[in-house]
Amino acid sequence: MSVKILGIESSCDETAASVVEDGRLVLSNVISSQIDIHTLYGGVVPEIASRKHVERISQVVDKALSDAKCSLSDIDAIAVTYGPGLVGPLLVGVSFAKSLSFASKIPLVPVHHIEGHICANFIENKELEPPFLCLVVSGGHTHLVMVHDYRDYEVLGKTRDDAAGEAFDKVARAIGLGYPGGPKLEKAALNGNHEAIEFPKAKVAGSVYDFSFSGLKSAVLNYINQCNMQNIEVVPEDIAACFQDAVTGVLADHAKAAIEEYKPKAFAVAGGVASNGALRDRLQKVCDECGIPFYKPSPILCTDNGVMIAAAGYHEYMAKNFAGLDLNAVPALKLGER
Amino acid sequence: MKLLGIDTSGMVASVAVMEDDILIGEYTLNYKKTHSQTLMPMLDELTKALELDLSTIDAIAVAVGPGSFTGLRIGAAAVKGLAMALDKPVIEISTLEGLAYSCCESEKVVCPILDARRKQTYAAGYEFDTVAKEVIAQDALAIEDFIEKVNAYGKNALFLGDGVPVFKEDIEKLCTVPFSFAKPGQNRQSASSVLRAAKDKFDKGELKQGDELRLNYLRVSQAERERAEKGL
Repeated sequence: MSVKILGIESSCDETAASVVEDGRLVLSNVISSQIDIHTLYGGVVPEIASRKHVERISQVVDKALSDAKCSLSDIDAIAVTYGPGLVGPLLVGVSFAKSLSFASKIPLVPVHHIEGHICANFIENKELEPPFLCLVVSGGHTHLVMVHDYRDYEVLGKTRDDAAGEAFDKVARAIGLGYPGGPKLEKAALNGNHEAIEFPKAKVAGSVYDFSFSGLKSAVLNYINQCNMQNIEVVPEDIAACFQDAVTGVLADHAKAAIEEYKPKAFAVAGGVASNGALRDRLQKVCDECGIPFYKPSPILCTDNGVMIAAAGYHEYMAKNFAGLDLNAVPALKLGER
Repeated sequence: MKLLGIDTSGMVASVAVMEDDILIGEYTLNYKKTHSQTLMPMLDELTKALELDLSTIDAIAVAVGPGSFTGLRIGAAAVKGLAMALDKPVIEISTLEGLAYSCCESEKVVCPILDARRKQTYAAGYEFDTVAKEVIAQDALAIEDFIEKVNAYGKNALFLGDGVPVFKEDIEKLCTVPFSFAKPGQNRQSASSVLRAAKDKFDKGELKQGDELRLNYLRVSQAERERAEKGL
């Protein structure tokens, strides 16, 4: 008997829903992105995001069911992101999922957004099973995680300040590329001189696997200011190339150190920044050097989506971790917390 | 005919069920716990106490604003989930009209006023014949501006809502028409008054599908306001 999970995701600016079978097989994947609206403001505006979620949630879930050729009665459990994320957006998905579960008598399972990103790797890599090491990099998160088992995560390191994706967005804005910074900066970097500027690779004292990106971001801003004061032409492509090298270099160095210490049998990357080509190349190289397989989701599964929530929800369902009707949004939910 | 009513537009969380013209159950809490934690357990308790099979209801009425942005969304998202699971239509009720229905026997102009922060109120004026007639259009405005409209309308006014304790002094100072305040216990939102407002709309067939439900915040977000102020 196969298990069908309906996954609902609304933690930031994507309203998304999906039906996934047995945690691996995608039956539908509907994402309603609000990026056009937030681009006007240079970043996600939580109140606008919340308003859009509540407008679109029914249509998105309805389409996820019809694309999967399912009705609610075919669904074994509803999985919903309850944190971490923006509280207003999270509350829309959580409130909708709770009432849908209540009125349809389908069990509800709570899903951690980052665990969702990690589980996105199970979709296209059928052979991937824990234990493995995973780097989660997105606009809100930078975590190096040892996945001991399904639902058993150990955070080896995380960012002390900005997330990697946040640094991409801020630097992209500073060099006039606009929002969303990640893809635009990656494109600009293709035409940049990688030797032009040397930015620092920040290390966090006393914690090998923690990250810090605010120093790097400041270094970029200082460089731009100095150029402006000395009337030196700023070349956005060069900054993009050298900044991207610095970020992906730190991420790859940490990954390599953790692989050498923990000796995982596989390495995976997840989250929005995981679709960055330069990062994927570097991590591939690290894994080749260490002789372990490297797993990465397709770009569409790196961004926020309902598939990953349904995939993670499958394991919550199998473990019978059901949510009560008082489930609340937890904006600062920690990884591994239940 | 059975209607389920929900109001989460303010501090109050309230759910109620009406069968024909009889209120058969209501559960209202005016407590600081978030609606996200209270609303669904309340609905669960209410349906259990009434041994109510939710699939037997005909429509779901909900207060769609103005009010607390987050509160409104918790209610609307919950109603959308219920509507999809039960395949039932929804009825949009203005929070202010719903609140006014708690004093629908009054011959005065019933003026619900909510605290909208930023020194403003969400307010409107209604007169009741068989149904509510909006005689002062709902708006987000300064209390002074609203009182001016009440004075201009020239009839006796009855104020209610969570704006009353906030703006009482302004009302007493500025109101030139005879006025009074709603009686204790009927001065806040409740799902039963939402249902009173919904009954007539149900009879007239003013129903929507759950996915068509829209909130009426009466205010754009701060980011949109600031962008507009910059002339963008």
